[in-house]
Amino acid sequence: MTTAPPSVEERDQGPADLQRAFDEAVAAEERIEPRDWMPDAYRATLVRQIAQHAHSEIIGMQPEANWITRAPSLRRKAILIAKVQDEAGHGLYLYSAAETLGVSRDELLDKLHAGRQRYSSIFNYPTLTWADMGAIGWLVDGAAITNQVPLCRCSYGPYARAMVRICKEESFHQRQGYELLLALSRGTEAQHAMAQDAVNRWWWPSLMMFGPPDDESSHSAQSMEWKIKRHSNDELRQRFVDICVPQAESLGLTLPDPDLRWNEERGRHDFGAIDWEEFKQILKGNGPCNEQRITQRRRAHEEGAWVREAAAAYAAKRAARHGAATTHHNHQDEHRAQHAHDGEARG
Amino acid sequence: MTTDWPLWEVFVRSRRGLSHTHAGSLHAPDAAMALRNARDLYTRRGEGVSIWVVPADAVTASSPDEKDPFFEPSADKPYRHPTFYEIPDGVKHL
Repeated sequence: MTTAPPSVEERDQGPADLQRAFDEAVAAEERIEPRDWMPDAYRATLVRQIAQHAHSEIIGMQPEANWITRAPSLRRKAILIAKVQDEAGHGLYLYSAAETLGVSRDELLDKLHAGRQRYSSIFNYPTLTWADMGAIGWLVDGAAITNQVPLCRCSYGPYARAMVRICKEESFHQRQGYELLLALSRGTEAQHAMAQDAVNRWWWPSLMMFGPPDDESSHSAQSMEWKIKRHSNDELRQRFVDICVPQAESLGLTLPDPDLRWNEERGRHDFGAIDWEEFKQILKGNGPCNEQRITQRRRAHEEGAWVREAAAAYAAKRAARHGAATTHHNHQDEHRAQHAHDGEARG
Repeated sequence: MTTDWPLWEVFVRSRRGLSHTHAGSLHAPDAAMALRNARDLYTRRGEGVSIWVVPADAVTASSPDEKDPFFEPSADKPYRHPTFYEIPDGVKHL
């Protein structure tokens, strides 16, 4: 995007004025937009968070893609393909949002591939049975929605807008997962057991998705001040537990926590201690699938290189030819071609 | 290697009768691919009946700051709004 040179006022504004304007905008619930001045740390925090979020979306395609060829019916298969395609879309919305902060897409992918930027630890668990497709939709996407709905009001405009689109689509993900588990839970004894097993394995990792407890969360306080984050990790986790308990009952499944019970006084559920050591080990790269996920991502990127190169070469050749013979006639052809594409987009 | 596909801004007409609205952006090697990618990325659920893609570097933006003095000339002309004028009660169709 071409921008006009800074105005006289802009150049004359000192750092203190810029900081004050930023603070006032955030306090007044205005959105910060890409070309506004923002503190370096705010920008860096957003790049880290949005990149991690984008990486999670595309790495998250792997555990589910694992089951596409083995979906039990055409209906389930079509749903799963649509869901995995959505995850790719979510990754793209988020990479675009990150790019408005002045980083390039290639740079972000390189950092993911080099292990210098993270993705959500949840995707380092394996998807062992078909029921995992249900548990991921219900619990993992459910936790993601609980986390992401407040992000729709994030102070950074492009991130907030991406989250609005994503949250709308996540709702389908969660509901299809719930429906899938319900079908299994009401099925044969073996199917019911499979559903219960999947919930048993995904419950605790889903609770970990909200991040470390508030007193150990290094970025939380600053992010809340900047209104990137609206609620603390523990608050969102509690909200998720309270939502899930009755949903599990309707499924006819149990949650694998002997300490889970209603606390009349608090008006919320008490739940057992989370194994944070497991979480730390996964962050360190020692989870069951860390190696597999990143290897597969690198391979997909490398094996797709020729496609990217061929498309770029084709575009360059066409542009050169077009530049060589720009006539009125050619322009009309081009115009017609555009319209043909318009028609296609409608179908 | 880095191919650096250019960035495109995507505008979607959600239904006939409405104007195209900015939906987001994407990378693509050329206009035709940008349109296809935009369809897959921004209209997976019938969100559009027509798409425009524009090279991002073809967009000229007004200023680096959205509260720019560029827009000030309109701020001191309240008489451009119908509510500026006082009309006696009871006068109809005005």
